[in-house]
Amino acid sequence: MQAFTQHTGIVAPLDRPNVDTDAIIPKQYLKSIHRTGFGSNAFDDWRYLTPGEPGMDHAKRAKNPEFVLNQAPFDRASILLARENFGCGSSREHAVWALDQFGFRAVIAPSFADIFFNNSFKSGMLPIVLSAEIVDKIFKAIEVSPGLELTIDLEHKTIRGLGDEVIEFNVDDFRRYCLLNGLDDIGLTLRHADEIKAYEARRKVDAPWLF
Amino acid sequence: MTARTLYDKLWDAHVIRSEDDGTALLYIDRQLVHEVTSPQAFEGLRMANRQPWRREAMLAVPDHNVPTLGSRADGIEGIADLVSREQVSTLDNNCAEFKIVEFKMNDIRQGIVHVIGPEEGFTLPGMTIVCGDSHTSTHGAFGALAFGIGTSEVEHVMASQSLMQKKAKNMLVRVNGHVGAGVTAKDIVLAIIGKIGTAGGTGYTIEFAGEAIEDLSVEGRMTVCNMAIEGGARAGIIAVDEKTIEYVKGRPFAPKGEMFDKAAAAWLDLHSDAGAHFDCVVELSAAEIAPQVSWGTSPEMVVPVAAKVPNPETEGDAVKANGMRKALAYMGLEAGQAIDSIAIDKVFIGSCTNSRIEDMRAAAAVIKGRKKADSVMLAMVVPGSGLVKQQAEAEGLDKVFLEAGFEWREPGCSMCLAMNADRLEPGERCASTSNRNFEGRQGQGGRTHLVSPAMAAAAAIAGHFVDVRNF
Ligand code: SF4
Repeated sequence: MQAFTQHTGIVAPLDRPNVDTDAIIPKQYLKSIHRTGFGSNAFDDWRYLTPGEPGMDHAKRAKNPEFVLNQAPFDRASILLARENFGCGSSREHAVWALDQFGFRAVIAPSFADIFFNNSFKSGMLPIVLSAEIVDKIFKAIEVSPGLELTIDLEHKTIRGLGDEVIEFNVDDFRRYCLLNGLDDIGLTLRHADEIKAYEARRKVDAPWLF
Repeated sequence: MTARTLYDKLWDAHVIRSEDDGTALLYIDRQLVHEVTSPQAFEGLRMANRQPWRREAMLAVPDHNVPTLGSRADGIEGIADLVSREQVSTLDNNCAEFKIVEFKMNDIRQGIVHVIGPEEGFTLPGMTIVCGDSHTSTHGAFGALAFGIGTSEVEHVMASQSLMQKKAKNMLVRVNGHVGAGVTAKDIVLAIIGKIGTAGGTGYTIEFAGEAIEDLSVEGRMTVCNMAIEGGARAGIIAVDEKTIEYVKGRPFAPKGEMFDKAAAAWLDLHSDAGAHFDCVVELSAAEIAPQVSWGTSPEMVVPVAAKVPNPETEGDAVKANGMRKALAYMGLEAGQAIDSIAIDKVFIGSCTNSRIEDMRAAAAVIKGRKKADSVMLAMVVPGSGLVKQQAEAEGLDKVFLEAGFEWREPGCSMCLAMNADRLEPGERCASTSNRNFEGRQGQGGRTHLVSPAMAAAAAIAGHFVDVRNF
């Protein structure tokens, strides 16, 4: 997993609540058996004017000029800003892969759907929960100066770049530790293999029908 | 001992170890696997040279990509779309290589992953159950802690039979009293989502309780828990009672004989203790719930069938009003339009929400002796599994559907998400028994209205939404 320590980038405003994972990566691309190749299809239905299918040359499809990620400077954004309940719906981790492969390192929203939130960390992408007021403030700041860059510092749990303000955010210590160090969860867990086995041994006695 | 909720009990029983910040390593009893979210997980195992920790804790089935037309006897050769075929054959190959039990496409037991788990007794009370699919919440109907996970977590469970998790908060949704005739589990859960909103359950595990939930059959409870995720909750659960135990008894993977009796005795403790603390309690009156129809592009955009399409201009919250305007534009609807004036083009009866035998019976009961409206170009019924299909045919339900002009298909996810050939064309409007009405969910530009099987069947006959209670 790629580590996340500090990141500075342009913020793209996606002014919608309830952005669902079907919208982030439509189902036809989930037929892939690979983990890469989703970047050009992030927000496919919103981004292109014509329907997309796997295997097409997406560079040749007509883009929707109204969609924020097709507009400069947001086409170079690496931080996504959205409204509440971002990433709701299907559990597809492909949504995180698509955002990551588009070039996003972080998503900021007032709230996230739980599964998406969990999935983000697995690709080293940071979901940041900020209050609806602060999120609104960033939306307004981008209106005034499109191309606004923010600097996210995971070590210190701060965001800078919104005037002189230092915005603080929260992230679980364990997740922060894994992300800062780019640690692979499975490797970490298997260090506790003996405890897992001991648990199984106990359960076989208490609830043998589970085995 | 302090009073605990059902969720507390399930959680406590599965914690292997905890970190200082409360992150726990949770033991996972069962993992269901399907073709869409597993290939990268198997690939991960292969790359790290790992083997599944407990292969008998897994059950795999292809469901999302399988066609619903043609004969299943052809196996994967019957999948015309080569990309889909590759995904299903990848599952076949992975299961063969890692020695995981799979119900292949031509197995009579094949079906939607959330239908077959309970049908086979692979889902049991008191378990932790995961699947790379958000509707894993369905299995919570058995007093099990069941939730969807991403592909990295699928790999994690395969490799270690455990997951790193933070405990969610406890929410109780109590549906008091009894629903009227013609009001189903689907209407109950849609009404709940309409009340709490699609993010209302975020960060919570929802326990559904109250007389109206107790009244439901186990299949109805699955419909309710299935859509917990649409209310934002990763898991929905319902206490075990005699109905649960009766349902599980005798199923192929369920314990037998003395072991069953022992298990059943333990399962009866799977309920929240009196006085247990919930962080949030929501109450609904069952008698006030009418058949529901969603009008927008989020499951919370739902109203009773007798209502009108709501007006964004009277919504106080600016962000919400904006979302409503976008939804109306996408759905091609006007504020103030009567729901029962909305004409439909297609009908889909199926999905892990509503494709079990009772759903088939409910739909068939409405259409018996009637004919689909000519204006409805397609009404399709897709049973949840090969065994549901077989049972329905034994009861003659297929004939009822066919005589009414409906299509009777092979099992799978089908037009719930349109990953196979079944889909809406741009602008087409569908009465659907599935769970999501997101933009493009049933096909790009397609317009989905979520309803119960009886309501979908009635709409197919009338050509527009109608209150099934007066139909
Ligand atoms: S029926 Fe629909 S919601 Fe259920 S598992 Fe299949 S695609 Fe997902």
